[in-house]
Amino acid sequence: MSESQVRRIRAPFDDATARSLRAGDHVLISGLILAARDAAHKRLVETLDRGEPLPVDLRGAVVYYVGPSPAKPGQVIGAAGPTTSGRMDAYAPRLLDEGLKGMIGKGYRKPEVVEAMKKHGVPYLAAVGGAGALIARSIKKYTVLAYEDLGPEAVAAMEVQDFPAIVVIDCLGDNYYETGQAPYRNL
Amino acid sequence: MKDIHARSITDAIAALAVRACCKLPRGVRRSFETALHREPSPVGRNILGQLLENAAIAAEENIPICQDTGLAVVFADLGQDVHIVGGDFEDAVNEGVRRGYVDGCLRKSCVAEPLFERRNTRDNTPAVIHTRIVPGDSLRLRLAPKGAGSENKSVLKMLTPADGIEGVRKVVLDAVLAAGPNSCPPMVVGVGLGGNMEVAALCAKRAAARDMGSVNADPRYAAFEAELLELVNRTGVGPQGLGGRTTALAVHVEWAPTHIASLPVAVNINCHAARHAETVL
Repeated sequence: MSESQVRRIRAPFDDATARSLRAGDHVLISGLILAARDAAHKRLVETLDRGEPLPVDLRGAVVYYVGPSPAKPGQVIGAAGPTTSGRMDAYAPRLLDEGLKGMIGKGYRKPEVVEAMKKHGVPYLAAVGGAGALIARSIKKYTVLAYEDLGPEAVAAMEVQDFPAIVVIDCLGDNYYETGQAPYRNL
Repeated sequence: MKDIHARSITDAIAALAVRACCKLPRGVRRSFETALHREPSPVGRNILGQLLENAAIAAEENIPICQDTGLAVVFADLGQDVHIVGGDFEDAVNEGVRRGYVDGCLRKSCVAEPLFERRNTRDNTPAVIHTRIVPGDSLRLRLAPKGAGSENKSVLKMLTPADGIEGVRKVVLDAVLAAGPNSCPPMVVGVGLGGNMEVAALCAKRAAARDMGSVNADPRYAAFEAELLELVNRTGVGPQGLGGRTTALAVHVEWAPTHIASLPVAVNINCHAARHAETVL
């Protein structure tokens, strides 16, 4: 993509930014995003179920589904590409209710997640799966915030600079996996 | 009879783990470059370019191509004239995995037990070890780290002979469509045909871990591999599922004799990294 086709945005997302993203947009994200995946999602939702406060503020937050490989000495982080988002589908609507404003991962989402995204005005973005070494270059700081015992699955704050992503499903429910594939499907 | 010391097996496995996770096989890189020239989708070309850049960074910095450095799947072809000394074979392999994953800063993604506690073993052991006893006095070790994004989209169908070639085509096509962006396309599709349940699955795994550019030794199956690749690349899934003609880099088929009433079909999908490394002791 040429520079002019790429939009630079800040995270956390304000409502206007979240709602302005359209399926197929290429973006570069700078600011703070949250890293969390399977085990962390399970704990976050269990915490909500018990009526207890979450260890992180989700209002406006953008969550990145990632479990990085360990950093080598002198590095911020190891490889840090996206994991499959579908495994978080069971938990995502609860977190959207808590104010989550963006999700980054890879792969399909369930219809109930898309419905919750439409209700809250939240986009879902894809990072390039398996490009962990390349993506790591846009991560400038990695700080564990909660659930340190989960190792690579801990909840962490990531300071990112020009983190590359593509909007796959926007807050209207338009799906770039579908519209992107259709012109090339010939079965 | 040749003695092979357990320590040299450990050393070899540790080195293979790091090499497989950090260095994209040359054949895979070449197929990215070929795909980049053929892919009509601009987004698809953009993704393929990023994957090449990613591989270059990983090789230069010796960091993993992908953070999911997988379970360590080890194929061992053990010559029957080899005598392993100084320790147990499986212990030696696991020690190599432990050292490769811990010292090499690879991610530890193995839980000790699947259902209740799912506690991480913290050193990525145990490895998944497939051993064959073969003629000769050497030990061939092939390590193929396998991430879950692609592994979770595996399929096994027990077809019957009447389902035939058309039935196999449908199983492969459905598996690729279901995998879509989740398996990090462009993928390498391993298809196992025949045998029984577990043999079909292992054939599919061996097929997925085959070298890029290799073809089935039987020309009928080699032609079937080419036909399936063409079919899969008409799904439109494309790089990362964002649309295009490069859905798969290759379809590999491995087969085994089967029962008169059976046509088992297994599909094991590999992501675009198609990681593996091999050595012979």
